[in-house]
Amino acid sequence: MFVPCGESVPDLAGYTFLMPAVSVGNVGQLAMDLIISTLNMCKIGYFYTDCLVPMVGNNPYATAEENSTELSINAEIYALPSKKLVALQLRSIFIKYKSKPFCEKLLSWVKSSNCAKVIVLSSSHSYHRNDLQLRSTPFRYLLTPYVQKSIQTKITSLNWEEMEKSPCIPEINDSEFCIRIPGGGITKTLYDEGCSKEIAMVILLKFVSEGDNIPDALGLVEYLNEWLQILKPCCDDPTASALRWKMPSSWRLLFGSGLPPALF
Amino acid sequence: MRRSGAPRTGPDAGAAAMAATFFGEVVRAPCRAGTEDEEEEEEEGKRETAEDREVRRQLARKREVRLFRRQTKTSLEVSLLEKYPCSKFIIAIGNNAVAFLSSFVMNSGVWEEVGCANLWNEWCRTTDTTHLSPAEAFCVFYHLKSSPSVVLCQCSCYVAEDQQYQWLEKVFGSCARKNMQVTILTCRHVTDYKTSESTSSLHSPFLKALKTQNFKEPPCCSLLEQPNIVHDLPAAVLSYCQVWRIPAVLYLCYTDVMKLDLITVEAFKPILSSRSLKGLVKNIPQSTEILKKLMTTNEIQSNIYT
Repeated sequence: MFVPCGESVPDLAGYTFLMPAVSVGNVGQLAMDLIISTLNMCKIGYFYTDCLVPMVGNNPYATAEENSTELSINAEIYALPSKKLVALQLRSIFIKYKSKPFCEKLLSWVKSSNCAKVIVLSSSHSYHRNDLQLRSTPFRYLLTPYVQKSIQTKITSLNWEEMEKSPCIPEINDSEFCIRIPGGGITKTLYDEGCSKEIAMVILLKFVSEGDNIPDALGLVEYLNEWLQILKPCCDDPTASALRWKMPSSWRLLFGSGLPPALF
Repeated sequence: MRRSGAPRTGPDAGAAAMAATFFGEVVRAPCRAGTEDEEEEEEEGKRETAEDREVRRQLARKREVRLFRRQTKTSLEVSLLEKYPCSKFIIAIGNNAVAFLSSFVMNSGVWEEVGCANLWNEWCRTTDTTHLSPAEAFCVFYHLKSSPSVVLCQCSCYVAEDQQYQWLEKVFGSCARKNMQVTILTCRHVTDYKTSESTSSLHSPFLKALKTQNFKEPPCCSLLEQPNIVHDLPAAVLSYCQVWRIPAVLYLCYTDVMKLDLITVEAFKPILSSRSLKGLVKNIPQSTEILKKLMTTNEIQSNIYT
């Protein structure tokens, strides 16, 4: 359930709801970190749930001593009223059998808050790509049938690739085709739930492998930015693009502590 | 709880994340986003029969957290803190934290048992016996007879991730308890602590703190720096307190000895001067003696030849 930080419940009518799927390489979550950190979004509440493994830590977006002591939990909501953006960040994995109930509860709340649309940032196993996908861009989009016509037109004009359907049962030749997102975590469940609740939902994902997924996260936010224009567009130089997204202080030591000198 | 990694054949075989090792073999690599189980769950959901659902229901019932009074052998009908309203809730999670509270806090004053949690998971089963030894798993609640609004919990058992929320509901209840301050004590292995130096250069044990927004007094040690995080029951309790705006502080002792250890327990000593424990700690020299006795009892028990 949503629990606001302040006394009153914020009015999210007409807002764009951004969220990650806990997926391969945690790319969606890393991308959310970049968005929340760069736009300096303000925490407006918690999504208190029994569906995620509990975790706590100090403010992951701390920039100075003064703001480093605010406690953060596993599911928090941030907002940027000037751009009518609201973001959910998920920081832990789902408890077994609880991912579907989570999607149902979350989307019910989003629908009752009258958000204009939901954008899900996700990823899928790159080793599952077929030959055509291997030769094309690693980014894909997927829309529920309730996405506004204007958004559909804009996306078409960007020449983006729609997520292809694949055989439901790969080993069988004449199997039916359906949307499969291997390694996408709750992405497919969110899509199905979005369709059944008639929610305008746009899923953006990248084909990735596990490893240092920071470049993948940067790629995904740039992909999102092509459409949403959260930051002013810049030249195609990848270094310049990396510099304009602010990496949060919590990204320190992503691969563990320092090495013992005796190792060398 | 995760399924054992038996080799899978059939349609879901392709869904496993595969990785090649240096030796040229292909192994099933766990995906750090924890997504493999999602695919398994989806497939399971489609194939689940009424029998599977019944097995799952029975397992869920076996894993339920139950709160009861050992003296009367009756279960609590409401949450513990609804039955015993409290202004100070102190909880020790793990054997070293439990030993600290036993020796330094519970040795002074008369503590009456008000409840006991019974639970089972793959890692532990709580004991029903009244005489608790440090080697057993238990979760017992006490209040101070002279000041019943001070409630203490000694929890040496591991509460699994699917039981933590239930534990919170049975203890704290579903509505927020205001006018209460919570103190949590626990230990973690020093290798969990992330720092730019190597962990081998750290002088453990050392204490770190995490506090909720409404906890206004200065903690007894430095705060846990980013990017370090805490999980399990201490995180569940602190999350509950942060969301419902209850002043709470978690004192975390990073140690390289996870079994009962004198030096690790003594690392919690700075907390004795805190407001949470003020008035509850009387005789420190006597406490140190009690602690030493606790250590020797445990050492004898841990000798596999007796």
